[in-house]
Amino acid sequence: MKFIKFLIAGIIFGIVMAKSEAISWYRIQEMFRFQAFHMYGIIGVAVVLGVIGVWLIKKYNIRDYHGNPIVFYPKDKSIPRYLIGGTIFGVGWALSGACPGPMVVNIGYGFFAMAIVFLFAIVGTYLYGVLKNYLPH
Amino acid sequence: MLQILQQPWPWYIAGPLIGLTVPALLIIGNKNFGISSSLRHVCAACIPAGIDYFKYEWKKEIWNLLFVLGIIIGGFLATVYLSSGEEIIIHENLRTELKGYGITDFSNALIPSDVVSWNQLFTLKGMLMIVLGGFFVGFGTRYAGGCTSGHSIMGISALSWPSLVATICFMLGGFIAANLLLPIILSL
Repeated sequence: MKFIKFLIAGIIFGIVMAKSEAISWYRIQEMFRFQAFHMYGIIGVAVVLGVIGVWLIKKYNIRDYHGNPIVFYPKDKSIPRYLIGGTIFGVGWALSGACPGPMVVNIGYGFFAMAIVFLFAIVGTYLYGVLKNYLPH
Repeated sequence: MLQILQQPWPWYIAGPLIGLTVPALLIIGNKNFGISSSLRHVCAACIPAGIDYFKYEWKKEIWNLLFVLGIIIGGFLATVYLSSGEEIIIHENLRTELKGYGITDFSNALIPSDVVSWNQLFTLKGMLMIVLGGFFVGFGTRYAGGCTSGHSIMGISALSWPSLVATICFMLGGFIAANLLLPIILSL
C-alpha cells in the first residue's frame, strides 16, 4: 500500500503526457525540425518549475513525507558517456519518435505496436549491461 | 469542463504539471524522477544472468516500476475518458514531407500507423525506425545514465552539469536523425 502514491503520481504524469500530445510521433518530429514550439514550451516550463522546486527544497531544508532529509543522486562526472550515450539516445528518440516515458504512455493509450519499440529498448538496455565494462565512460 | 479537458492541453498547462513531478516525487517518497531506470530494473528482475550491471537489489526500486505502471494506466484513462476523437493537427510542412514518403494515413491520432505498426516490423524501413530506434533509446539512455526525464528534467532541475551535457547530446542526436537519417530511411 505504501507504493500507491507512486502509482497515482504515474497516473497523473501519464494523463498529462497523453493530453499534451508529448507522446505523439508528430510532435517529436516537429520539435527536431523546429516546426513547432510546443515541445520546447513543455520541456522548458517543466525545467523552470523543477529548478524552482529543487531550489526551494534545498533552501528551506524541506523534508520528505516521513521527515527524512531529501537525497539527490548526483550524476557521474564524465564526458564520453554523455557524448556517446546521449547522442545514441537522441538518434533513437527521433527514429522511433518516442523516449521511454511516451513509449509506455502509448501502450496504455492502446497503441500496442509501441510495445515493439519498448521491447527493443529493453534489449538495448540489456546489451549495454553486457558491454558496459568494454565501453568508454 | 470535460470538453475542455478533452482538447489537447497547451504547453503552458502540461509543462508546469510535468515540472511539478520533480518536487512531488522528492517530497512524497524521497525519489528522484526518472523513467528509463525501469528498463534496467526489468532486466535485473527477469534476466540478470550474472551480469554485474544487473546485480543489485532491484526490489528496492519497485516504486519506479509502479510509477511506470501508473503511467501506462494514465495513458489508458486519457484515451478512454479524455479523448476528443478529433484528428491531430500536424504542421503543414511535416504533413507535406510525410506525404512525399507515402505516409498518408493520419487517422490514428498520435502516431502514423504507416510507421509504427506490427506490419512494419517486417520491412527494412520499419526495422530501422522501430526496432533500431527502440534499441538505441534503451542502449543510449543507460549508457548516458538517464533519459529525458532523468537528465533533461530531474538532472537540470538539480543544476547538474552532466545532465545539461546529456540533454544537448540528446537534442543533437535527434536533429541529425530527424533531418539527415529519416529522409533516407523514409524513402526506402
